[in-house]
Amino acid sequence: MRIVFSHLAPLLLALVVALLAGCGDARNHAHAVYVLIDTSGTYAQEAVKAHRIVNYLLGTLNPGDSLAVARVESRSFSEKDIIAKVTFDQRPSQANAQKRAFQAAVDAFLKGVQGSRYTDITGGLLQGAEYLNESGAGTKTLIVFSDMQEELDQNTVRDFPIDMTGIRVIAVNVVKLRTDNADPRRYFGRLEAWQQRLEDAGAKEWRVINDLERLDPVLARR
Amino acid sequence: MIWPGNPGLSAATWLLGAVAFLYAARTSVHELVRSTGQAIAGPLRAISRWLSAAADELHARNRAVLLGQARREVEARIEREFERVSGLVTRDLDGYPSLQRKLQDEIACMEEDYKKCGEVPPASPDWVEAVAAVARVKSGNEMVQKILADISTSINVMHDKSLAEYRRAYKSRHRILGRFLPFWRSVERTLSRVDQKLEGLRSSAAIVDAQMDKYGEITANSDRVAHALTVSAFTQLVVSLLVLAVAAGGAFVNFKLIALPMSEMVGAGDILAGNLRTSEVAALVIILVETSMGLFVMETLRITNLFPPIAQLDDRMRRRLLWVSGTLLIVLAAVEASLALMRDMLIADKQALIQSLALGAEQVMIADKWVGNIPTIGQMVLGFILPFALAFVAIPLESLIHSARTVGGVIALALMRLLAFVLRLVGHIAKHTSRVLITLYDLIIVVPLMIERLGKRAVAEVSPPVAPALEAEEGRRAS
Repeated sequence: MRIVFSHLAPLLLALVVALLAGCGDARNHAHAVYVLIDTSGTYAQEAVKAHRIVNYLLGTLNPGDSLAVARVESRSFSEKDIIAKVTFDQRPSQANAQKRAFQAAVDAFLKGVQGSRYTDITGGLLQGAEYLNESGAGTKTLIVFSDMQEELDQNTVRDFPIDMTGIRVIAVNVVKLRTDNADPRRYFGRLEAWQQRLEDAGAKEWRVINDLERLDPVLARR
Repeated sequence: MIWPGNPGLSAATWLLGAVAFLYAARTSVHELVRSTGQAIAGPLRAISRWLSAAADELHARNRAVLLGQARREVEARIEREFERVSGLVTRDLDGYPSLQRKLQDEIACMEEDYKKCGEVPPASPDWVEAVAAVARVKSGNEMVQKILADISTSINVMHDKSLAEYRRAYKSRHRILGRFLPFWRSVERTLSRVDQKLEGLRSSAAIVDAQMDKYGEITANSDRVAHALTVSAFTQLVVSLLVLAVAAGGAFVNFKLIALPMSEMVGAGDILAGNLRTSEVAALVIILVETSMGLFVMETLRITNLFPPIAQLDDRMRRRLLWVSGTLLIVLAAVEASLALMRDMLIADKQALIQSLALGAEQVMIADKWVGNIPTIGQMVLGFILPFALAFVAIPLESLIHSARTVGGVIALALMRLLAFVLRLVGHIAKHTSRVLITLYDLIIVVPLMIERLGKRAVAEVSPPVAPALEAEEGRRAS
């Protein structure tokens, strides 16, 4: 037995070393989600539906994950537009308490949402990217709850390349406008333009999901 | 094509050329094939021989270890039986002198009483002869008749008195005999107790005898014992594996109980590898620490013998270690019970949160009924009991380790012998294949060989002395 073992010993040692070396996982497993809610014009009445997404996220995010909800209005590149943000505590009991407080804050906002004159989606994306990059999370998701129709005032400048590297962007509930109904090419053209812009910005993924039921598998995938 | 337009002639030319070439290269090709066969067969045979030798050595070592282990076990069992006998002798036969004294006292008492019971025959009265003489007087004298009547009266009175006295004496004897009964019972009890103790001693002696017989066979290096021990090791291994599988199930339940609440202590967000969270690793570590403590408890109680340094400790130190490991085990069990409670609370909290998120309204809490507390209490009890149950893993673990050594040795031996056989077989095949190839080669160039043989025969007829040498050379090549 000792003879066999003496031959197998180096092999076993190598195996143990390999296993130990494989133990360390340097990846950051935290998930950060930034939800942008369009409050401009007629879309403001759709904003109430965002409540479902936020609740779903609160139910699925784990301790250590981050969540922020912000609104899109005339100029959205501002911390003031962040309605609520939180990085959940590592202890599940504390994280649950934070989720309850977060839910209350978002509910209060959605009850009194007022429509803005213009729609600065790019500003919101920039603000979201900044938040997500600061979080240092391994998976960064930006959910845009909007019709993706950007309208800017004359003094707002957004026609420059943006950086969305490593961030996956999911456009949710992209409702069709009256003009889209008249000419669907406008709708598809708008989505294509956004896809092009975000892919150029280095976004990890671009998706459009209009049926909220299909959001679960997408968010579950990290 | 050598002859364009005549393929048959070209083919024949090629064939002739090839046969001529093969004939010319015959010696070299034979050497090449033969040496290739030897190159394959030789090392294989050497490796096979080395493996066989190693297998024999392994077998001898396995046998020595197996018998050594069995000898140690039998020695320990004999020692334990002797300790038991010694305990019996100290506990039971220590009081044997007093028991004997008691028996003697009781017997002496009974003897004395027995003597007292002895019936003394009443002495015949002296006046019987006088009465007989008076009765022989032959006269009708009234005086005599009166005397006789008086004597009759006196005798009757005396008779009544004697009868009463006699009855009284018998009564007292019966009373004495009645007092015998408890003594007899006591003697019977004492004797049955002695018998019982001696029976226990006798059975222990029989066990010692059986173990001594086994010990004798082991020291005699008997094949029968070695085979029996090997079979026993296989059985032990299977039983230990089954018990350990059950214990692993228990450990899994234990893990599930404490993995979630551990995230309250070490955090739920850290992931070590893949999907393995730090909290899960911490729960696993706690279970392993509990098992280790159980192992130490079993070791200090001398139920198992996995760590020789613990077995060598003196009794006081061993008792200290037992206290320490036992206390730690109890503390860990209490921690687990509280973690099980926390798990229940966390799950309830999470459920409440999910409900409130799903319905988006304040939920009316359903009043807790006592039935709802049963799972919580069950979890707590499980959390407290499982660490102690896991402590007993030490026993099948020891059995597994000991039997795995024997079983592993037997399997390694079988594999080595099988490998040796396969290598030898492959070596033989290689050697014989080379011979077959040589024969096939000669078959291809059979025509030039026949011509050569005929030529040699013709030359031999011309000069006979050279032929034997050539034939010898031919024979050497063929071999």
